[in-house]
Amino acid sequence: MNLKNNIAISDSGFVFNPASGESFSVNPIGLEMLNHIRQGQSIEEIVNSIEKDFQVEKSVIERDLHDFIDMMSQYHLIQNEEE
Amino acid sequence: MITKKRYERPVIKKLESNMPNKFGTRTEYEPVLHLDDVPVKDLISKYGSPLFVVSERKIRKNYQAAKQAFETRYPRVQFAWSYKTNYLNAVCNIFHQEGSWAEVVSGFEYDKAINNGVPGNNIIFNGPDKTEQDLRKAITNNSLIHIDHLDELYMLQEIAKSTKQKPRVAIRVNMDTGIYPIWDRFGFNFENGQAWDALNKIMFSGTMELVGLHTHIGTFMLSPNAYAVAATKLANLAQRLQQKYDHEIKYIDMGGGFASRNTLKGAYLPGTDTNPSIDEFAEAITSALINSDFRPKNPPLLILETGRALIDDAAWLLGSVIANKRLADGRRSTIIDIGVNILFTAFWYAHKITPAQKFTSYTEETVIYGPLCMNIDIIRDNITLPLLNKGDQIVAHHVGAYNMTQWMQFITLRPKVVLIDQNSKVHVIRNNETLQNLMELEAVPTHLATFDL
Repeated sequence: MNLKNNIAISDSGFVFNPASGESFSVNPIGLEMLNHIRQGQSIEEIVNSIEKDFQVEKSVIERDLHDFIDMMSQYHLIQNEEE
Repeated sequence: MITKKRYERPVIKKLESNMPNKFGTRTEYEPVLHLDDVPVKDLISKYGSPLFVVSERKIRKNYQAAKQAFETRYPRVQFAWSYKTNYLNAVCNIFHQEGSWAEVVSGFEYDKAINNGVPGNNIIFNGPDKTEQDLRKAITNNSLIHIDHLDELYMLQEIAKSTKQKPRVAIRVNMDTGIYPIWDRFGFNFENGQAWDALNKIMFSGTMELVGLHTHIGTFMLSPNAYAVAATKLANLAQRLQQKYDHEIKYIDMGGGFASRNTLKGAYLPGTDTNPSIDEFAEAITSALINSDFRPKNPPLLILETGRALIDDAAWLLGSVIANKRLADGRRSTIIDIGVNILFTAFWYAHKITPAQKFTSYTEETVIYGPLCMNIDIIRDNITLPLLNKGDQIVAHHVGAYNMTQWMQFITLRPKVVLIDQNSKVHVIRNNETLQNLMELEAVPTHLATFDL
């Protein structure tokens, strides 16, 4: 699970994919997750790090993170290891 | 101590610049936290979810506004509460306290009105299904019987002859008012002469007292002009009765069917912006009556059987989020505990749904499903909502008409209905169903009483 190299992410949650010309907006939690993914963190690491800062159970973060990653794949923002 | 930040689920939204939408989509992220000054959270924690909430304040306000709209334009006006729209006794009694008569369409509703204490002569009995027993009761109570078909007319004649009582009757007239579809299944048709024929039969029989003329041209009518056409046609019949028999009818009943402020599915703009107001209907009807050729010595009483327009926005349905799901095509779906079994009107309205807690401005396009294990259980096909989590509460708006009568016990049990009175005090006006309630109606033959598995 890697974010595609040239994806641009602004601090305000604006995401741009120069390969397709598509742009997206993410909310603050999404932005945080996106930055963790970009740093190459594993699902477990991301969940732990978010749980530290936010008032939420780990199971909820994990479920939401998987859903978020699915959406990113659907938008072609993430490439799997073998690609 | 470090306080942790509030969590919201992550969302990524593609920005579309190539798909303009003339009207834009309305985002319902303005939360509704209170209903008539009572916190939604408290209502759900005390009375459960889902929960119907009826506002006494709003009902009275709607009634008084409608009454004023007609009374400022016409000298003699009488409303009759349409029981089928919402026949919870507490709701009916608010209307009766305001001065409404009762308009019923079955023996069951008739008995309900009598039980509520409505005097028999203030009950209008409509509908195609009146049994002989119903009619005898209505005649004895001096109720207003609106004849739907010739079989009923002949039955009334026989009862009148055998009992030597003189029923007070009107006929229901159906007609072309320029709208589609024409409701021609109830009553007697104006254009083909059936209505005039029925009136002649009543006048010649001498066994009944013809007191009024009634029509009900359709439901959720968006054209006030159709009522003007209908009122003109009824005035025409009244005038012919006057000319031929020197008989003056005492009232003209224009029925109901005025659109509420709900939004029909497929409409571009919300009903609150586009649907005609009660004043527009009042203007159309009263102008047509006043300007007609009918010249009575006393203006006939104008009766209105408005239901939906008086109660729809006076009730809400509160519910909770059961789960969020991602559909195969990537769309978000949210499952709530309100199903089409209790929100029957979700089949034809795009009900306004708002969250009952504060949210950020991030939204998602969502399909809202009910809790039933049935494919038809869809509350909204597409709505832009804030990021709802399991357990969050929502408010469905404009649910006062027909839901609390057309609802069905299907898969789940029906919830409580509460009324918020004018002092913001909450009263349970219908309890939730229990398994016991339903079992009481069932019987299991002895040979089916036991089994081994």
